Amino acid sequence: MTLGDTLSLAWGSLIHQPRRTLLIALAMSIGVGSVVVLTALGEGARRYVLEQFASLGTNLLIVIPGRAETTGGAPGVLSGQTTRDLTLSDADAVTRLRGVARTAPLNVGVAQVSRGSLSREAILLGTTADMLEIRHTHLARGRYLPPGPSDQAAPVCVLGERIRAELFGTDNAIGEWVRIGDRRFRVIGIVTAQGQQMGFNTDETVAIPVAAAQQLFNTESLFRILVEVRGREAVPAVKESVLALLKTRHENDADVTVITQDAVLATFDRILTALTLAVAGIAAISLGVAGVLIMNVMLVSVAQRRSEIGLLKALGAPAASVRLLFLAEAGLISILGAAGGLILGLAASFALGRLYPVLPIAPPLWAVAAAVATALVAGMLFAWLPARRAAKLDAALALARR
Amino acid sequence: MIELDRITRGFQVGDQLVQALREVSLNIAAGEFVSIMGPSGSGKSTLLNLLGLLDRPNSGTYRLDGLDVTGLDEVAAATVRREKIGFVFQFFHLVPRLTAAGNVALPLLLAEVAPGERKKRVARLLADVGLSGRADHLPAQLSGGQLQRVAIARAMSMNPSILLADEPTGNLDRATGREVLALLEDLNQRGTTLIVVTHDQEIGARAGRRIVMEDGRVVTDKVS
Ligand SMILES: Nc1ncnc2c1ncn2[C@@H]1O[C@H](COP(=O)(O)OP(=O)(O)OP(=O)(O)O)[C@@H](O)[C@H]1O
Ligand SMILES: [Mg+2]
Repeated sequence: MTLGDTLSLAWGSLIHQPRRTLLIALAMSIGVGSVVVLTALGEGARRYVLEQFASLGTNLLIVIPGRAETTGGAPGVLSGQTTRDLTLSDADAVTRLRGVARTAPLNVGVAQVSRGSLSREAILLGTTADMLEIRHTHLARGRYLPPGPSDQAAPVCVLGERIRAELFGTDNAIGEWVRIGDRRFRVIGIVTAQGQQMGFNTDETVAIPVAAAQQLFNTESLFRILVEVRGREAVPAVKESVLALLKTRHENDADVTVITQDAVLATFDRILTALTLAVAGIAAISLGVAGVLIMNVMLVSVAQRRSEIGLLKALGAPAASVRLLFLAEAGLISILGAAGGLILGLAASFALGRLYPVLPIAPPLWAVAAAVATALVAGMLFAWLPARRAAKLDAALALARR
Repeated sequence: MIELDRITRGFQVGDQLVQALREVSLNIAAGEFVSIMGPSGSGKSTLLNLLGLLDRPNSGTYRLDGLDVTGLDEVAAATVRREKIGFVFQFFHLVPRLTAAGNVALPLLLAEVAPGERKKRVARLLADVGLSGRADHLPAQLSGGQLQRVAIARAMSMNPSILLADEPTGNLDRATGREVLALLEDLNQRGTTLIVVTHDQEIGARAGRRIVMEDGRVVTDKVS
């Protein structure tokens, strides 16, 4: 029997019992659909996080005070084990290393920013001129922090777009004074709206010279040093020399952690991919359930069609053709279910994308392919036993009764 | 063309061995019309199944057209059935979801006959059994006699040299049974070897050769 005839014969038997066929296909659809939706969500989350990090640039090193624990994953800062402060002169020394394009020291804090009677809390970034390049910040108006020695506490500030809008509205802001904490700063620039970046919204930050921030927060130590490396290939070498330099500067104590953007990215990528795979796997279990359903229904069908099977054999169908016929039925149901599941899953992904526009929700191609393949394989696998039973049926016995 | 040599077939039922055929030896020439009669349980169906390669003997040899087919494997046996043997059953065994034409086309499908050729042959076969107008009817829409005629058309679709019929009129009234038998006789006239198992004396008597079985043995074998 040709494959075409086998399929059309199988199809005929499926549409002869439309309700049965639709129910199994529906079970299959739910499995395929949930794999598609859940991987779409997982992949959306992964891409969202990766985009956040990628916007910081990939040849970036981040120096954090404190030693990374060898046992746990978290650097010392997170577990509160800072041993020695990072200082501005550490940052200046790093800047002079080979392969370093520029560095930016960073202090972060929260402060009240006010103009006249208008007042608002803002995230204060104490840094230097090079931060503009390192973080790919865009200026809407004016200038960024002035270049020059990092220990000069010039009373100037650069406002995020949202802060400017709230304090100045339609008024001109450049050249005006604002009060931050107990000091006055002159506004020299406005940063364009950029949205989320590394956990906080640039629109709601105010940048001031790092020395000014240290006076304001009354501290000598830095929160981070961001180091931009000349070329991506140099990142590992520069990481080593930064570690070596800071070790000698800190009395031979390796008490800082240097993380690379790539490593952070890779870690997040791994975690989120694993999560996506896990939810996809859980969803795939429902495909197994659908497979068991197929097996059960096919077993009943084989029992009901004994005389038809016997007849086919009497007419000269070898066992292999009979087996193929039943596998074809399972295959066609699975294809039907997979197609329905794709439509279901894509529609749900689309709806979710509308609901959460920030997440780039789209089912990854591999997941779609895997869901469909799993459906087909599960269908055929679970149909194997019934198909084998049909193929082995004793024709003489099957034909003796009605 | 059919040569059976001391064919034995027994069935194990519980701890008891039921001998359905005991050393049956039988030669049937091409073109014969043979009727097989005998009491229930005498082994008629078992013999027919063996002749049709749906079953295998425990011992003895079966030669078909000079070829030993006793030990053929499953695939080869299926091929022989497809090409040389046609079956007609008491319960018709039409596939209920296929039309008359679809049922007749089944053996052609299995033999991978091209669709165009298939259509032509099915039309001719249905015309031969007088059912041209019923090609698109489902089995549920046909009478018993018509069902058996469709089954005969199906059995003849590969133009087999042997037609095996197990009580072909067993489910039909006398008049319809006669029509069906006339159709089978007509096929026999045209050269097909016809072997009919029946309980009907009238039908049995029409055969050129009448075999009677009892307890797994051929007890009479008369040629007129
Ligand atoms: N598959 C089987 N398993 C067990 N016993 C069987 C089987 N097939 C046939 N028999 C036994 O073999 C013997 C012959 O059976 P068979 O069907 O050939 O008889 P038959 O002459 O066709 O009878 P009937 O006229 O009732 O159709 C019977 O005793 C029957 O019970
Ligand atoms: Mg019988």
